[in-house]
Amino acid sequence: MNKRQIVLSVNGTDHEVWVFPSGTLLDVLHDELGLADVRYGCGEGVCGTCTVLLDGDPVNACLTLAVQAVGHPVTTMRGLMGPGEVMHPLQECFLRRGASQCGFCTPGMVLTSLDLVRRTGRPTRDEIRYALVGNLCRCTGYTKILDAIEEYADQ
Amino acid sequence: MRLLAARGEEAKILAGGQSLMPMLNLRLARPELLIDINLADQRPPSRTGDLLRLPALTRHRVLLEHDLVRQHSPLLAEAIRHVGNVRVRNRGTIGGSLAHADPTSEIGCCALATQAQVVARGPDGERTVPVSELFAGYWSTTLAESEIITDVLVPVARPRQGWSFLEMVRRTSDFAIVAVAAVVELGEGPGEIAAARVALAGVADRVMLADPGPVGGTADQDLDLAAARIAETLEPASDVHASAAYRRRLARVLVARALRQAAGRATGDAR
Repeated sequence: MNKRQIVLSVNGTDHEVWVFPSGTLLDVLHDELGLADVRYGCGEGVCGTCTVLLDGDPVNACLTLAVQAVGHPVTTMRGLMGPGEVMHPLQECFLRRGASQCGFCTPGMVLTSLDLVRRTGRPTRDEIRYALVGNLCRCTGYTKILDAIEEYADQ
Repeated sequence: MRLLAARGEEAKILAGGQSLMPMLNLRLARPELLIDINLADQRPPSRTGDLLRLPALTRHRVLLEHDLVRQHSPLLAEAIRHVGNVRVRNRGTIGGSLAHADPTSEIGCCALATQAQVVARGPDGERTVPVSELFAGYWSTTLAESEIITDVLVPVARPRQGWSFLEMVRRTSDFAIVAVAAVVELGEGPGEIAAARVALAGVADRVMLADPGPVGGTADQDLDLAAARIAETLEPASDVHASAAYRRRLARVLVARALRQAAGRATGDAR
């Protein structure tokens, strides 16, 4: 199977990339476009480290083919930041609350919880827990992550 | 469909990709050809008479949030909460889930308990298959190689009918150790049950209907007896997640709770 050229809209910019039809969106974002905030964790859709927004909805980049994203804007955590890498307010809450230790899960946590707050306004702590069942963190014990998201939702 | 007919078992249909893509990533499946049907059909759920028509590519999130589904198949809407995580529900589809035929499928369980049917289309036309005749064993169905599911038809919930969905998992969003979907229909007399349907996941090589036998009535002891009868007929496997004995015991407890809850909802006294 030959590579083909496609155009992906990522964080507001169009990128021309050559991909195998079997290539995952994760591989293209991470390896071709150098987006280190999209990460290979489990490859099964369970851990949440490859979370990106596709048409604004959280999806598993490891379970999406790159060619399936043609014509559908992709947002990674970096895409939330303002010009000059100014942090998104939710990222600031994560920093202030100590909700990030090794940081591997952070992009997925931020994108998933941002989607939740956009949809529900002020989610309860249980609703946040439920929304994050597919985002694994091995460092924090989750409590500080919940605190950070609640602080952001209260703003 | 022409591609599928021409390439046979070399080809796999890619719907939402939340089961097939992990199998590819883990090299558990190595198809020569993927046929991506995403966006091939954008019909929304609809209702015709007593049937809810769910196009096969309806994503789980739509099932969770759509007013028609919530109103006419509250069992399915509730069970979807237990499927995967938010990302899986944003991509996974009802047709893909049924065709994948996982023996721990929450959706398969609900489809059995509600007496749903699938519409399968092949080179020779369309046919309707009751979900009770769809599953053939671990991850396999009775569909022909060249057939695809286009719609899922779910009978709408009726008055004097109650439902329940319960499952046991070690962690939320895991595959179910045992899951139960129950539907109870009340009879004419007080406390009388006209029909009780119980579907189970995690206790066989496929999701299955279990015969509760003649259920005397809505009294707790009648329902507990029915649950015990069902548990005796089960022959679950032991695996790394749970022993056969534990699964049988769990099935008895969950079926009893589900029947009580379904009977309670049917009588308007949700317990």
